[in-house]
Amino acid sequence: MQIVSEVREPLVTGGKTHHDVTEDVCKQVEGAPSSVWLASLAASLLALGVGGYYLGDLLWNGIGKWGLNKSVQWAWDITNFVWWVGIGHAGTLISAILLLFRQKWRTSINRAAEAMTIFAVICALFWPIAHMGRPWIGPVWAFPLPNTYGSLWPNFNSPLLWDVFAIGTYFSVSLLFWYVGLVPDFATIRDRATSKISRLMYGILSLGWDGSAKSWMHYEAVSLILAGLSTPLVLSVHTIVSFDFATSVIPGWHTTIFPPYFVAGAIFSGFAMVLTLMLITRKVYHLEDYITIEHIEMMNIIIIVTGSIVGVAYTTELFIAWYSGVEYEQYAFLNRSTGPYWWAYWAMMTCNVISPQLFWIKSIRTSLTWTFVLSIVVNIGMWFERFVIIVTSLHRDYLPSSWVYFIPTIHDVGTYLFTFGLFFTFFFLFAKFFPVINMAEVKAILKESNSKVYRARRTLVREPLPSTEEPTTAKEVH
Amino acid sequence: MDKNKHFLVGIFGDQDDLLHGVGDIRKKGVKIHEVFTPYPVHGLEHALGYQRSWTPKAAFMFGFLGTCLALIMQIGMMVIDWPMNIGGKPYLSIPDFVPVTFEFTVLLASYGMTLTFLFVRGYLPHSVPRIFDIRATDDKLVVAIDLANNASLSEEQIRSILKDLHAEEVYRRDFTDEDNKSSFIKYVVDLFTNGVTRSSRIAHHR
Repeated sequence: MQIVSEVREPLVTGGKTHHDVTEDVCKQVEGAPSSVWLASLAASLLALGVGGYYLGDLLWNGIGKWGLNKSVQWAWDITNFVWWVGIGHAGTLISAILLLFRQKWRTSINRAAEAMTIFAVICALFWPIAHMGRPWIGPVWAFPLPNTYGSLWPNFNSPLLWDVFAIGTYFSVSLLFWYVGLVPDFATIRDRATSKISRLMYGILSLGWDGSAKSWMHYEAVSLILAGLSTPLVLSVHTIVSFDFATSVIPGWHTTIFPPYFVAGAIFSGFAMVLTLMLITRKVYHLEDYITIEHIEMMNIIIIVTGSIVGVAYTTELFIAWYSGVEYEQYAFLNRSTGPYWWAYWAMMTCNVISPQLFWIKSIRTSLTWTFVLSIVVNIGMWFERFVIIVTSLHRDYLPSSWVYFIPTIHDVGTYLFTFGLFFTFFFLFAKFFPVINMAEVKAILKESNSKVYRARRTLVREPLPSTEEPTTAKEVH
Repeated sequence: MDKNKHFLVGIFGDQDDLLHGVGDIRKKGVKIHEVFTPYPVHGLEHALGYQRSWTPKAAFMFGFLGTCLALIMQIGMMVIDWPMNIGGKPYLSIPDFVPVTFEFTVLLASYGMTLTFLFVRGYLPHSVPRIFDIRATDDKLVVAIDLANNASLSEEQIRSILKDLHAEEVYRRDFTDEDNKSSFIKYVVDLFTNGVTRSSRIAHHR
């Protein structure tokens, strides 16, 4: 039975038993694909195909097909790269940082959030690779391989090379963390499988996991250390991404505030994307008991915090530009807010600074519709943030004769569409064939949190509970 | 000599019963072969008297190796093999080497530790687990007691000890010598000839 607490809401509602968790999660994997899923996958594959055509055309003919020019050498490519990488940050934050802080509510959402991280990083990687123009000779620029294209070795003083290592490590470690988390759940699916193929496939994926106490002991230690390693890793990734800009001497980029500002923005946009995806998954898979309103509220609170940090960063940038007394720096910010791209700047300000403040109102942050709409608004805002930082700083440089206005071409849009198609194709395949909720972790908190709640309630109420509830102390609290 | 293995399997439904039960079983002199659970039960490793996990040490050693390799690589390339004069700055600029060194440390520490753990514990794609009770990955906590290791007690005595400690079910589980040796090829052949429900060690029960 479920103990109803007066202290706080239980993390998983509906009085679920351990077996219910297995049933609720596994039935999505075991059942036939629903028509909603098939239609969604078809739409993603269509986006992938159409976008893939433009990406192929781009690689065949060269990046002149993009709207880039002599002044704006970086535009949608780097904007989307930073945007996708930033989205990825929420997954690691949920799985690693919240694990270290013992935030048990993360258990229902960490699996899908980590999957989102991995897919978002893959999407991000397409942009610098496409921007190489000739990606087939990319490995010698990106990896420490001797080559004759410049100096013998790649330059380890360059933040672009640091980025290769940062994103590469981030992707690899996130994949490992995610997979290690999946192993016990694959074993659950393996042991329930009724078809030969799925028993074999999930058997291979589960690495022969048997759930022995000794393995769990090592497994818990491994998870904790992976979380400990991922925490500085995730903070380093967007820090290094911001170095791509901050170590240059372009007005508007050359600022020391970039690392914390980028990290906060990454978490901000990542949580918004987690919310968008989880609200849909929750609805389609009927996971309302696992992803409760409290989970959504928690994530919205993180959005207020990080959104406010981003707002403070914007204001600080403006203040420092004025206070520095550097006229180029001052002009860069004046141009951002009142120049030809004023609309992008104000879209960014509205979406990122004003809209998340609505979450201070409890009825808004606990409303599914508001959360869904605002989560999309936040990601639009974060896209504009990167666009504003990149394009408005470049399009008017020191020589007015080289001032231009950047307009994206169909190939910019097509490549963006390709990454969207890729992301959602991966996500829908994940949602069908992998357990979307970490069953082992949810089972572990189901008992523990409920018995803790029970004890807390007893101390708080400070009166003997009715005798009928007495035997519920240990045995019936599932 | 009897190469078959004989176990007594106790099924628990509640983790508090299991935690207390495991301590009491051990106090009564019964040696537990292993406990299988669908989720980590905190404190079980202490109740079973296991030593602390060695994985943090592995992580440290692999991490240290990563730090050294990354520094050797960067200094070797940028200072020794092909020094470049970039605006008169020093060739050996340690702050510039910090990001890559850090990333490489994390990469080696996490992969080294995790792969060592999986390899040492035998969790590999072709591993075939010896499953005592298939519900151990669903909702039941399974205690396995090797009868050969508890020769001083009779099967009935152990059975009654388990029952007294609120085991929901106690039954005997025998593995033949063939079951004990895991072979992936045999497992796959068995799976495809006999079908899921009858194949190999899995799903013996229920």
